[in-house]
Amino acid sequence: MPVSGKRTQSALVETTPKRLLSHLLTFKNAVRLPIIIWQALFFIAPLMFMVAMSFFIVRNYRMTEAFEMKNWLKMMGRDYFWDSYGLTIGLATLATLVVMTVAFPAAYTLAFKVSENTRRWAVFLLIIPFFTSYLVRIFSWYVILAESGVINAMLGYIGLGPYIMLNTKFGTIVGYMTLTLPLVIILQTLSLANIDRSLVEAAHNLGCRPWRTVFRIVLPLARTGLIIAAVFCFILSFGDFVSPYYLGGSKPPTLPILIVDTVKSGQQWPRAAVVAVVMMVTLFIVAFGGIAAAYRRRVR
Amino acid sequence: MKPDRLLKWFLYGYLGLVFVFIFSPILFSIIFSFNSDRFPTIPLGGFTLKWYETIWQDPDVWEAARTSLLVSFSVATIATFLGFTTAYTDYRYRFKLKPLYLALILLPPTIPLIIMALAMLAWFAKIGLSGQVFSIIIAHTVLTAPFAMAIIRLRLSQMDESLEAAAWNLGANQWRALRRVIIPFCRPAIISSFCLTAAVSFDEFAIAWFISGLNKTIPVVILEIVTGNIDPQVNAIGSFVFLTSMTLVIIAQVVLMTKNKTEKEKHG
Repeated sequence: MPVSGKRTQSALVETTPKRLLSHLLTFKNAVRLPIIIWQALFFIAPLMFMVAMSFFIVRNYRMTEAFEMKNWLKMMGRDYFWDSYGLTIGLATLATLVVMTVAFPAAYTLAFKVSENTRRWAVFLLIIPFFTSYLVRIFSWYVILAESGVINAMLGYIGLGPYIMLNTKFGTIVGYMTLTLPLVIILQTLSLANIDRSLVEAAHNLGCRPWRTVFRIVLPLARTGLIIAAVFCFILSFGDFVSPYYLGGSKPPTLPILIVDTVKSGQQWPRAAVVAVVMMVTLFIVAFGGIAAAYRRRVR
Repeated sequence: MKPDRLLKWFLYGYLGLVFVFIFSPILFSIIFSFNSDRFPTIPLGGFTLKWYETIWQDPDVWEAARTSLLVSFSVATIATFLGFTTAYTDYRYRFKLKPLYLALILLPPTIPLIIMALAMLAWFAKIGLSGQVFSIIIAHTVLTAPFAMAIIRLRLSQMDESLEAAAWNLGANQWRALRRVIIPFCRPAIISSFCLTAAVSFDEFAIAWFISGLNKTIPVVILEIVTGNIDPQVNAIGSFVFLTSMTLVIIAQVVLMTKNKTEKEKHG
């Protein structure tokens, strides 16, 4: 067969070292390879090593490479681990529901009720918080929400309060909102602005009431983008240690706080790695579930 | 028509409140940095510059500022370079496993920072790079390269593909075409990617806190002050960080916008 003959020949030619080198040093590889090498060394390798580390053992305050289930059995057998796990999932879910609900009317307004120019400015303003220190914003909330802080002082003028807001779940959710609300509004606005206006108008012309239009036309059409926004919100809240620590009081700790405490208090890195691997598996399940739901065909 | 108008104003009011929520921590942080009370609240205390004086005289803050600037400048350079090569590869080539290739660069921001921090800490300890300034640089580059890639890729998608082909036909080799056609076209995106990756790196604290060792960056110093007690110094440092980041973001935005505008005008 001529085809296979040709292939053998070219394979032969390419295997000489010099040819191989010049074959590898092409323009294409020069632009393609840097990121592959970089990410393999400094992104994939660290994550793989962390998974391996969850099987290492600590002896005499020194970490030794091994393959033992000890850390896994220890962490999985502890009630406080499962309490933290439940709390973290619960808080992240609550934050996602709250943020998605709070963001929607704002995104709806930006997508349908303002000019394109205003929308562009609003999106630019919403990008700003990403580039301001999250820590400083959380510290600011700490001062605002404190028992003698700004909000309670204002409420005091009208004879209310003081309310305890720090070291509560409310505080944690405010922190999560600080982190995720701008991003969620941007993602929701983009997905709402992209839906076909004529479908909305058609529903309106056919006598569909505004609320019904939102639930039956707008939400299903924007589903993909909305689900992606929710997934991002969940991932960010799930992995954040600052809000539950400084605003939520960290009792009981969430999983990220567990990692911080374990690492900062000694040599028990392998146990922290167990927590991290559990978190990653959870997030993969959530992300894939979300993406599957986002791109699923509509069943009638 | 009346209930429609009412609804519209209600929505505008709601949008305003959401923006108040988003920006009040930033605004209060700036206001409190000039406020004399140790525990700031309403009504405000007197005007003071003492928090700024404190940080100005603090050698640790200066040291951290130097480290931060060095880190974010290096990160911006490497991340923009890697982002550019990746964006260009995605723009020009099709190959097997390309989705995997793109996932490789775009995935890092979806992994919680605390997990990246632990993984980086362990890996750098393993390969003998722990506690160095350049370990922070490496980690932040992994984190920010996707942003650089996205910004430059967006710019490349506005490019007329025949421009590069024309350069080849006129006898330019691939490197020359890249240097003379592609890079000048991407310049605004390259500048804004440089500014934005620098800004992200300048604010990142989780990874820096885990792996910095003795080479603290500004956010790590903030984290340590915040963990200790309530100290309005944080507001002063925070305002300085905010000013730096905002300058970078605004430069990035202005460069991108003016370039797009002049091109639109050119094409009529």
